Amino acid sequence: MSKDKGKTKGKDIGTREQFEERVKRLGLSNDNLIDLYRTMCTVRHFEYMADRLYAAGKVHGTMHLSAGQEAVAAGISLAIHPDDYLINHHRGHGHFIAKGADINLMMAEFLGKDTGYNRGRGGSMHIADFQSNNLGANGIVGGGIPQAVGVGLALQMQKRKEICICIFGDGATNEGVFHEAMNMVALWKLPVLYICENNKYGMSMDVERAVAKLPIAQRADAYGIPWACVDGNDVVEVYDAMKIAADHVRSGKGPYFVEAITYRYFGHSKSDRNLYRSKEEIDDWKQNRDPIMRFTKHLLQSEILDESQAQKIDGQVEQVILKAMEFAEASPEPDISTLMEFVYA
Amino acid sequence: MPEISYLEAIRQALWQEMKRDERVFLLGEDIGRYGGAFGLTHDMLDEFGPERVRETPISEATIVATAIGASLLGMRPVAEIMFMDFVTLALDQIANQAAKMHFMFGGRTTVPIVIRMPGGSGSGAASQHSQSLESVLMHFPGLKVVNPSTPYDAKGLMLASIRDPNPVCFIEHKVLYKTKGEVPEGDYTIPIGIAEIKRAGRDITVVANNIMVMKTLNVAEKLSKDGIEVEVIDPRTLLPLDTETIINSVARTCRLLVVHEACLTGGWAGEVIACVVGSPAFDYIDAPVRRLGGKDIPIPYNRGLEKFAIPQEADIEQEIRALVEGKI
Repeated sequence: MSKDKGKTKGKDIGTREQFEERVKRLGLSNDNLIDLYRTMCTVRHFEYMADRLYAAGKVHGTMHLSAGQEAVAAGISLAIHPDDYLINHHRGHGHFIAKGADINLMMAEFLGKDTGYNRGRGGSMHIADFQSNNLGANGIVGGGIPQAVGVGLALQMQKRKEICICIFGDGATNEGVFHEAMNMVALWKLPVLYICENNKYGMSMDVERAVAKLPIAQRADAYGIPWACVDGNDVVEVYDAMKIAADHVRSGKGPYFVEAITYRYFGHSKSDRNLYRSKEEIDDWKQNRDPIMRFTKHLLQSEILDESQAQKIDGQVEQVILKAMEFAEASPEPDISTLMEFVYA
Repeated sequence: MPEISYLEAIRQALWQEMKRDERVFLLGEDIGRYGGAFGLTHDMLDEFGPERVRETPISEATIVATAIGASLLGMRPVAEIMFMDFVTLALDQIANQAAKMHFMFGGRTTVPIVIRMPGGSGSGAASQHSQSLESVLMHFPGLKVVNPSTPYDAKGLMLASIRDPNPVCFIEHKVLYKTKGEVPEGDYTIPIGIAEIKRAGRDITVVANNIMVMKTLNVAEKLSKDGIEVEVIDPRTLLPLDTETIINSVARTCRLLVVHEACLTGGWAGEVIACVVGSPAFDYIDAPVRRLGGKDIPIPYNRGLEKFAIPQEADIEQEIRALVEGKI
């Protein structure tokens, strides 16, 4: 683990040769790379559309947007299998989209519609899709981390090949259950890949004021769990680390912990006025370290995409999001007569 | 019919269900070689092995969360919280997670778990090992709260709880563990959400749970000799509560007393009374409706203090007499 791991590279994105050598070593095809680009663009468009819908008063509650963190979601999804299980956190739109969620049903859930993933009962913070082994996002910080122990245990008892991916933020690693769960997955060598998406702030609390010893990932040492800390705004680096981690977990060697350093552009939630961080800091991340911008530069430089192809993908993605919005808006509200449903199975 | 203890009845249910359904497994602290803090899982490790009698570190929240996660993949876990008091350590997983997942996810998943927890005072275990927290758990829609008072009910309700698709908090009582009763050897279930009239009587309805059922039945026996016939109802399940059985009974007896060991303030007796006085049975009520609960204090250690922290038979008798004889 080199010292500068976990710091984002910023403007220095490396040479064309370095990028191509890396992509070749990882066996990534042009299609893979274009898929990563498309996924990141989809997440970005989705988040900005969600923000616009909120501003227009069409979203009832709050939401936690992940714009700026797209490389983590895209990198994970390419490294895992479609039938792997996902336990997600409240800032989870990107991971769901990257894992192949139906964007229409997600958008409908945002608007609280009956056609949404949760039939309008959950909203942005609780999206789940059990058919694609997406076991849901959690509104309690760290709430899903110990549940991954159970998913991993069931997979082990049922002698299955799938693994459990559990994603959470930096703030969640200060919850007691984080430590209980890390201990138990390590004790029982469970097939769980823990991913800490460190976006620098737990609501307004700077990670450096909240975590006694950084990087967060070194906490895994206490439990004998192998770990890595990567630049979460470099999608290829994220993929690289996640692939190593996922392969390790799938091979039966037990859990793995990856920390991805990233940054969120929007506030924590809709009440956030960004009083705890400067405009300069936000602008620096947006202008110099943006994961999509950095990846696009590589793709253009290596002639995997040209400007017009990139714009075309962007346009296609925008259409998908617009259609999802139209689907959501046209969908019916849950009937009030169904209020008491789903309390008990 | 064989007579076995309340503890053995629960163990028998676990044993038989693990034989019948390979998805069922136990997890908790010291449930293996030690056999559980109260010996309830004795010899189960040898029979079912460490994978299905899974001993955990002292991590109550993650014990419950592990049950939740495994249930989402089709398992039927039975988690043990060694003392009910420790349920507070796991309350996020019970109240915010297990109870809400079916609803919050639009009915698209279920959480079929059982969380066993022995509660109650009487063993000199002091304030942090003696509470009756059932009323706390009743405040989370989506949970079922089961609370048997006899060996027969304990076995039948445990089998029903494991087979139920919802998260069930299964509350046991430490002092009841050694009590004996007739229990069929075979498979049977008692429906969750159905109260039982443990003794029929015309003069007053007394609703009581776990150890207070036994105490009230003793009092009823005694009062019967004086011509006072007490109807004793054990709700058996506190959530969902079988208010119909209680309301119908009060419409016949015209009097109501609710007895529980849990602290009086915020206790479930208030819920029962509210249901009754808000029902058509109100028209039949001839006496004040009353409740007897534990004192609003932490359970003390000293034998004498501990005893008088919760209702005694003499208290129950006094209340019943006063209500029936029109002295209140």
